Amino acid sequence: MSSFFLPAATLWQRELVRFWRQKSRVMGVVASPLIFWLVIGYGSNDLGRFYAGALVLTVMFSAIFSTITIIEDRREGFLLSMLVSPAPRTSLVLGKIMGSATLAWIQGMIFLAFAPLAGVSIHPLELIPVAATIFLISFTLTGLGFVIAWKMNSTAGFHGIMNLLLLPMWMVSGSLFTMATAHGVVKMLMWINPLTYSISLLNYTLHLPNAVPGPLESASITAGIGLLLLLACGMLAAQKATKSAA
Amino acid sequence: MIQVQNLTHRYGDRVALSNVDFEVKKGEIFGLLGPNGGGKSTLFRILSTMMVPTEGHALIAGVDVEANPAEVRRHVGVVFQTQSLDKALTVEENLRAQGHLHGLSGATLRERMERAMERLGLSDRRKDLVETLSGGLRRRVEIAKALLHRPQVLLMDEASTGLDPAARRDLARHVEALRKEEGVTILLTTHILEEADKCDRLILLHQGKIVASGSPAQLCSGIGGDVVELDTTDGDALAARIGERFHLTPSVIDGQVRVEIQNGHRFIAEVMEAFPGMIHSVGLHKPTLEDVFVRETGASIE
Repeated sequence: MSSFFLPAATLWQRELVRFWRQKSRVMGVVASPLIFWLVIGYGSNDLGRFYAGALVLTVMFSAIFSTITIIEDRREGFLLSMLVSPAPRTSLVLGKIMGSATLAWIQGMIFLAFAPLAGVSIHPLELIPVAATIFLISFTLTGLGFVIAWKMNSTAGFHGIMNLLLLPMWMVSGSLFTMATAHGVVKMLMWINPLTYSISLLNYTLHLPNAVPGPLESASITAGIGLLLLLACGMLAAQKATKSAA
Repeated sequence: MIQVQNLTHRYGDRVALSNVDFEVKKGEIFGLLGPNGGGKSTLFRILSTMMVPTEGHALIAGVDVEANPAEVRRHVGVVFQTQSLDKALTVEENLRAQGHLHGLSGATLRERMERAMERLGLSDRRKDLVETLSGGLRRRVEIAKALLHRPQVLLMDEASTGLDPAARRDLARHVEALRKEEGVTILLTTHILEEADKCDRLILLHQGKIVASGSPAQLCSGIGGDVVELDTTDGDALAARIGERFHLTPSVIDGQVRVEIQNGHRFIAEVMEAFPGMIHSVGLHKPTLEDVFVRETGASIE
């Protein structure tokens, strides 16, 4: 038992320690969505409507930056020493994803401090479902980042993925416009976009408008996709190499 | 302790290893010597369970690396050519994380960490971030890390690359002590002759094949007498004329003519007499592993 959880726990802790030692990362991740949100929100005189989107963007940036460290781990060799240890690959994957997800969650929670600006007041008890929702979104986005990062060998390609896949995904998720006002292809894209459900779930727990689709549907889809991605990560990491792994 | 049987590996069409066969005994320091691209790294990746071979088998402590990599990893400590430490963590934190990856914890782990740091002379640097350490110290942390789970076999890939001569000697001393005091079997890859000389036995790898094997002394004694090196303007021309006149078969490496011969000093006098003005400088030495390599492959190691 300990041979499964101990490696996962140590990798989780490593992510946190590293993060703590590079505190400037917090600023970088929280600042740009914050500015984005304030400009669009004040500009359209509706901070509340864009709040959930900005929070998800913070979480997304953080999750993606954290998973990019897989590429650095590979380049710097740390990944190698994990892979030649007898720890199960699934345990390594779980540790890395939980670590990165925790960081994304922390930064999402930092962003939550600005909720009063959006006209949202959160009861201490309500904090639990909100925190849980942010964690769920963090976990799912980290899983997505991991699947993308695992096969990449340079961080340069990641920017392309960010611009061509992740940001468009974010744009058609209800973060900028609601599903009710969307038309045609964009509306269809919104239906199949997992982030749509994340935003809706967040709006629901924060008592903000536009919590469509409903909370149950949103929660189960977000969690389901998170688990699928976790499974995919496990399978990727368990592959045997016939070529040079690093 | 390590058995490699008919190991062959191909990357697509390119053959990186071809029918490699050897055995390493318990407590030996065994070297894989060869130029870059000779197949050392491929062999190393297979032994360290990072890659599965195309054909053949490799067994460590009796366990097949392909069939049961998880079991092999318990018996093997690996020091990679690239650094595998987390630079943002301290020496102690790196070791602790490694211990956890091996399922060690609590008092056992603390005791192993103490011992490993003491053995590698790192105890006073335990709280230092790895990024503040010198190359030589980092290597020692790597070794300490690889030893935490008390492996029977230590695999080291070009472990002394990038180290200055003093750090290199220091590393060699630590490796020798490990073998002597803990009975660890050590397999290392290198392209540095001085390092290969310190191995008990070694194999020379060239283009994926073993071209020679044995102890350094055995390998060198295969070359009779002395090696004479002649620097000249046109190596091929000089080699041809020496061949004609002395009935020898000199080799030409990077324009330099090499002759293996008994009583080299006499030959030098004769060859200088025979071709006055053609030879710029003359060298004479007892055979080294480099000479063995040149003889077997017609190429230089470095």
